[in-house]
Amino acid sequence: MIAPPRTASPERPKLLGTGVARKEDPALLTGAGRFIDDLSPFPNTHHAAILRSPYPHARIVAIDASEALAMDGVLAVVTGRDVAAMSKPFSVGIETKLPFYSCAIDKVHYVGEPVAVVVARDRYLAEDALEAISVEYEDLPPVVRIEDALRPDSAPLHESVGSNVVHQRSFTYGAADEAFAQADEIVELEVSFPKYGSTPIETYGVIANYDLGAGTYVVHANFHGPFVLHAVMAGALGVAGNHLRIHVPPDIGGSYGIKALVYPYIVLLSIAARIAGVPVRWIEDRLEHLQAGSSSTDRLTWAKAAVRRDGTILAIALDQVDNCGAYVRAPEPACLYRMHGSVTGAYRIPAVKIDNRIVVTNKLPTGLNRGYGGQEQYFTLERLVVRVAQRLGLPILEVIRRNLLRADEFPYHAPPGSIYDAGDYHRALDRALAMADYDALVARRDAERAAGKFAGIGIGCIVEPSGSNMGYVSIALTREMRDGSLPKSGCTEAATVAMDPLGSVTVRLGTTPQGQGHQTVAAQIVADELGVRYDDIEVVAEMDTQTSPWSIASGSYSSRFAPIASAAIQAAARKVATKLRTLAARELEVAIEDVVLTGGKAVALGDEKKSVPVKRLAGLAHWNPVALPPGMEPGVFETAYFSLPILAPPSDDDTVDSSAVYGFLADVCYVTVDADTGRVTVEQYVTVHDCGTVLNPKLVDGQIQGGFAHGFGGALFEEMAYDDDGALLSGTFADYLIPTATEMPPLRIGHENVPSPFTPLGAKGVGEGNSMSVPVVIANAVADALGLDDVTLPLTPGRVWSLLAQRAEAHP
Amino acid sequence: MKPAAFAYHQPATRAEALDVLGEYGEEAKVLAGGQSLVPAMNMRFARPARLVDVNRLDELTLAVEGDALAVGALVRQNDVLGSALVRERVPLLAYALPFVGHWQTRSRGTLCGSLAHADPSAELPVVATALDATIACASRGGERVLGAAQFFVSHFTTALAPDELVVGARFPVRQGRDGYAFDEFAERHGDFAIVSAACTLRLAKGDDTLAALRLVIGGVGEVPAVIDTTGHLGRPLDDEAVASLAARAERDVDPFGDHRASAAYRRHLAGVLARRVLRAAAHDVRKEDA
Repeated sequence: MIAPPRTASPERPKLLGTGVARKEDPALLTGAGRFIDDLSPFPNTHHAAILRSPYPHARIVAIDASEALAMDGVLAVVTGRDVAAMSKPFSVGIETKLPFYSCAIDKVHYVGEPVAVVVARDRYLAEDALEAISVEYEDLPPVVRIEDALRPDSAPLHESVGSNVVHQRSFTYGAADEAFAQADEIVELEVSFPKYGSTPIETYGVIANYDLGAGTYVVHANFHGPFVLHAVMAGALGVAGNHLRIHVPPDIGGSYGIKALVYPYIVLLSIAARIAGVPVRWIEDRLEHLQAGSSSTDRLTWAKAAVRRDGTILAIALDQVDNCGAYVRAPEPACLYRMHGSVTGAYRIPAVKIDNRIVVTNKLPTGLNRGYGGQEQYFTLERLVVRVAQRLGLPILEVIRRNLLRADEFPYHAPPGSIYDAGDYHRALDRALAMADYDALVARRDAERAAGKFAGIGIGCIVEPSGSNMGYVSIALTREMRDGSLPKSGCTEAATVAMDPLGSVTVRLGTTPQGQGHQTVAAQIVADELGVRYDDIEVVAEMDTQTSPWSIASGSYSSRFAPIASAAIQAAARKVATKLRTLAARELEVAIEDVVLTGGKAVALGDEKKSVPVKRLAGLAHWNPVALPPGMEPGVFETAYFSLPILAPPSDDDTVDSSAVYGFLADVCYVTVDADTGRVTVEQYVTVHDCGTVLNPKLVDGQIQGGFAHGFGGALFEEMAYDDDGALLSGTFADYLIPTATEMPPLRIGHENVPSPFTPLGAKGVGEGNSMSVPVVIANAVADALGLDDVTLPLTPGRVWSLLAQRAEAHP
Repeated sequence: MKPAAFAYHQPATRAEALDVLGEYGEEAKVLAGGQSLVPAMNMRFARPARLVDVNRLDELTLAVEGDALAVGALVRQNDVLGSALVRERVPLLAYALPFVGHWQTRSRGTLCGSLAHADPSAELPVVATALDATIACASRGGERVLGAAQFFVSHFTTALAPDELVVGARFPVRQGRDGYAFDEFAERHGDFAIVSAACTLRLAKGDDTLAALRLVIGGVGEVPAVIDTTGHLGRPLDDEAVASLAARAERDVDPFGDHRASAAYRRHLAGVLARRVLRAAAHDVRKEDA
């Protein structure tokens, strides 16, 4: 390891931390982006359409595709029989083996489940052919609600499993039973959290080919990891990792985790391409996406807090049931475990009991979604804190402040295993209260109430974990089961930085961005490290599992770019810098510690007339390897892998540090409710973040705005709704409402950043915090406005009007 | 989301269009702005064997003729909304059009197309009913004019015969002491209304008693619901009258429910919106005409 320069050059302002113009925008703003449907990687590509189940639960008696196959231009109809013959069930990390394939085999388990794939000359014809396939179904009674799935007599969806409760584990951390026995009060809460997702503007897309000569499936798809799923897909297809080559296009039109679940379609279309003998393109349409894409879980929780009269929380107990839909698909059961190590949130809660269950029902299966598990977890915790204050007759701020971690308690070891790196939660909360002018807000609320109106204030203080530990999901397995397999840990990411013989720089990422601005930040980091111009750096976001640097944790999820990938990029750039500085030191006849890379040159510290262009140094490494110092490799092409040593596998006592770093946010919200219509108006929303070192303020605020929009949608609009018979009620954007620009309330953003001592750049993730916090903060405000204990999301006008009617009955 | 195959006709004149409809009307659909039809075709909810694209027709009248505003078949909703003439002479259209879809859909969508589509949650059928507009329907056999009350038959169903084309609509223009109001409740701006309401009224000269009053509620049944207001003519529109009319609206509508808005909620909103448009319409009467 070569030491960094003794002092930084004064004439070298850092790009990192500034809001430079985004690398991505010229292409995106001129329509020159290259998304999956813009690509034509193979000649003679045919089009696929997917026949989907109209039933939530039914046995497939017979499929007759003869009429479809007879149509001119139809090459193949692939059914569950083919899929069962050509693939294995996907693996998943729970104790129960659910037979999950990319297509229904002998039963359908949710509306929209693939039943057959048509491969035809064009998509129009493929859809015509779908209508020509006749499927005989035998209708079976559906299981829709979590409560139904929990009933011992509920008919199992998967006969081989025998129960709709497919996972169950209990955990105790600290002296929870004693705390409940000694508590002054025990405060209880039952909450139900709805099923919704993030609806990226670009739907799933797969272009698959089977390379007969190599025996390799070659796939282009807007898949963004986690690349652990590459192993899951290769396993399902029964091929070695190097026989499933996945290309990710340079641009992906949003995902928020949702597109990770394109992976079953990668397998399905791979099989279809192999059977049809041609490359196959499938671009999912919106109807398909809304019924059969992905969402986060709906969750039922029975929570208890053991508290002292002064508001101190001694322990919490959570009995939580996640509904994973028809199958538990990897990376589930992660939704239930993503927050496991930090389930106590921003509070000092010394003891915790957790009873976790997962049920399957006849709904769309779940997967990653922005906030993943956080919105469910904080809805319980932050409602519970409000209930504690109400029960004890204490101001909410007094209860929050009494339990909120103090700056001197970091690094803080949460009982279930998370190690919070750094933060000053009280200062961030104080800033949020000051920005919201909290006392004036209280006065305004009280005045509106006195005038007979409904107004309320919501507060939330949450920890935002980022950079997930690859080992955390294995906490779902017992210690004995974990011992039977390779331990999993870390958060590895990789990057490559290369300098060509002309001295320009190319960076290659494994992070498969979907618009976040990874190219921009990568170029900022590399420009600073190599002292070259931002504009002279090209960042390749395209991913190719056969040529890109990557590892099991690679990809875009868990807000891992800022804390993790940035470090891999920096490490790769430093390898290049070291090589350049080593060569420069020899050229300039100074010690390497005295070489600074700046302005496209290597400069001798203290004697700035002594310098050599980096282009010349790169040229040396490429053109004249004979002249290189002994032991130095020719060329300038460096890959670095980075992980955090702190992220260990789950320990024998079932603790796990589920994420690399832990940001924080404090939110304050003011709502009014129109008594006539039940409409909730968010009059004011303040959010104050601690995301550690800010890599790019423009991107940070953009992430906060976006995360807020998703949380706002979850609070007031979005629900993947099914009726009691399992029919989907939200199958179009006229029924599944998402907020648009017109609905967005004013959002004010503040920052109280404490750099992380755990990550090389001091950054923490920031993409998901408001997706986690906003649903409960708005719910707290509406509950305050209506004077109600129970509020269920989404708080649509129709639902709020019903709550108002109930309230009027209760207090005539 | 690709439509089933269809034959495509693109007549250049009204006569040609009526010939095509005369020949194939039973299996044809008329394409004007396409903002409702095309999505329905892409989802294969609508699968006409023939599409008659009338966009080359010269049906662009937007002018006051006598005591009515005439709107041609191909006048886009945004053109109506942007018209100073409309704002001055048929203000209710100008009040309602900002609620119709979005700027982008209004740029293509036609006023007459929305009437012919007859979506029970759409705004323009409510306005047409409240103003007692007339709709001109032409066929090879000639032209007939239907009042809004005859025209709207059921959800997505009008009295238009298969060989007929809506060639225009006429809306009565504002007279001395007329007042108008439109309001609706939707979860998001630009959505179809959960419930909408329109009111037109005329106050007697000299005193403020009602010489005419129409109250129409949308989104609560197969066609816009006309609330019976007869008992109120010749009397002032005071608080008591507003309350009684709102109560009648709430009682007389027969709404359906869905997962976002129950029938009871829609019924309640019918009363809320009735109250709001009655008050706003009274306010809309020009003071200088008193």
